[in-house]
Amino acid sequence: MKRDPLKPKGGLYYYMQSTSGIVGALLLLFMVIVSICAVFGWLPHDPLEQNVEFAMQGPSTTFWFGTDEFGRDIFSRSLDGMRRSLTVSVSAVSIAATIGVTLGILSGYLGRWFDQLIVRLSDVIFAFPAILLALAIVSTLGNSWYQTSLAIAVVYTPIFIRVARGPVLTVKEMDYVKVTRILGFSSLRILRKHILPNVTAPIVVQVALSLSWAILTESGLSFLGLGTQPPNASLGLMVSEAQSIAAFAWWALFFPSAFITIVVVGLNLVGDGLRDALDPARRSS
Amino acid sequence: MSFGERISRILLSTPVLRIGSILSTLFGISIFVFLVLRVIPGDSIVGAFGIETGVLTPEQIAQLKIYYGIDKSLPMQYLSWMQSFLTGNMGYSYSTGISIASLTAKALPVTIELALIGTILGVVMGIAVGTFSARKPGSIRDFAGQLFGLMALAVPGFVLSTTIVTIMANKFHYFPNGYEFVRLWEDPWMNLQQMMFPGLVLGIAVAAPVMRTTRSALLETVDKDFVRTAIGKGVNSRKVQTRHILRNSLIPIVTMTGIQFGYLLGGAVIVENIFSLPGMGRQVLYAITRREYATVQSSVMVFAILFIAINVITDLIYRKVDPRIKK
Repeated sequence: MKRDPLKPKGGLYYYMQSTSGIVGALLLLFMVIVSICAVFGWLPHDPLEQNVEFAMQGPSTTFWFGTDEFGRDIFSRSLDGMRRSLTVSVSAVSIAATIGVTLGILSGYLGRWFDQLIVRLSDVIFAFPAILLALAIVSTLGNSWYQTSLAIAVVYTPIFIRVARGPVLTVKEMDYVKVTRILGFSSLRILRKHILPNVTAPIVVQVALSLSWAILTESGLSFLGLGTQPPNASLGLMVSEAQSIAAFAWWALFFPSAFITIVVVGLNLVGDGLRDALDPARRSS
Repeated sequence: MSFGERISRILLSTPVLRIGSILSTLFGISIFVFLVLRVIPGDSIVGAFGIETGVLTPEQIAQLKIYYGIDKSLPMQYLSWMQSFLTGNMGYSYSTGISIASLTAKALPVTIELALIGTILGVVMGIAVGTFSARKPGSIRDFAGQLFGLMALAVPGFVLSTTIVTIMANKFHYFPNGYEFVRLWEDPWMNLQQMMFPGLVLGIAVAAPVMRTTRSALLETVDKDFVRTAIGKGVNSRKVQTRHILRNSLIPIVTMTGIQFGYLLGGAVIVENIFSLPGMGRQVLYAITRREYATVQSSVMVFAILFIAINVITDLIYRKVDPRIKK
């Protein structure tokens, strides 16, 4: 079927134009499928089951990624760890994006003291290296998964405030927005119909990038022993546990590390693809 | 000009406003740190006594609260923390009994040295790979450069560190960080060996965004009119590359480096722990695991001050790099 050349092309069309976007989407899809398997428990072995008989075995047909010093299956643990990382990161970024975008839009739209206050507050949070702040917050909150995601959410909220506020400042001075105000439309309607559509593109890109940072932060926290607690599996924790045996069992270090890297690469490529697809100036047709 | 006018002119001048805004941000940061870490009462006692806390009588707990100063109201606690932070010892570390100020005085130089080495390595690698990439956009070279950038971004520092430690210590039997840490002025050669790997790990993390920025800035400048003019009038191509193209791409690179230097302080928390360097990152983590909130609080504050100082320095470097920036 031939495509109507006059029909405006959708975002998906532009997205599929970028190679990095497609590669990224595939990598990400793979990791999401893997996590869904872990959610339903479709794993070859129990990730927590210890079996000293099979300790420190290399990759084989029974243990695809080998086993660790307790004889636990690294493949099953990696899948379960990926599920945990994604759960924490997705909830953290959802919280950060919801609060950040709301505050950012309101702050840009309302201006005056409210804007000043919000900008000051986000400057304060910006003054800490992300992992350090997450570390400090987790140390007081505790380290169950929702507390970790709350800590990461606090760290990444100001980025969304900044990303949402910028476009609002320019859009609200545009003539068509001024006209709607003169016509007496309610603020809510102006925000929803005229301002929100103009900030979605940068926010969508920011969501992809923030997810990748959140995964790095989460695995960093687990690595330092302040995220997921043993015996549960988490990618960062697995790397940390592999430190002592990596010299004799490279697979214990390699596979969890590869999982983190793949998902972060995937998210970054998706971010690049989205940026190209959503930015009219970059469309090369 | 009257005296009043002169005063108001000084007060409204850019440096004064800038210092004012820095101070107000610092004030906000101190309140934030205080609220995040101090709202949980009692935990300092649990931190000091561990599981024996349960044995304490209510009177003893009340006395301990007085001892640790957590019996007072929040504003009073804040003020006494600020007083000790600004004028004296920043409080004491419970487990060692040493003042946090003297702990920090020992730890801070290590972190700053590490951060400087990391930044220098990162900027050199980043600019080199970025230039290498930008020479011929879309080529295999460009692809290789971009792949480096992506991997440097995606491989976490702790994975890289763990891999380096494993390979170096087991295959090459070379692991300088296994020895006790020596300071730069005690034994520079040993110190640099100990700083080399952690510096490299941080450097690679810095290199990724610097590389990306360099590449796009160079590609943007290459198309400018003054570059074409320079080539047209016969300036030799190496000089065009360095004096015209690279020089004019420096601003975004400096900005990116400044931002990254700040994030690198966060990376230091992880890297210092793996390579057992006694810096600020280790101090914070140690304090967190011991629940020594006073130490965490003051150390995190030091990190934030450092971060802001870096921003100010970046601002000053701008002016050197781009004389067009006046205000």
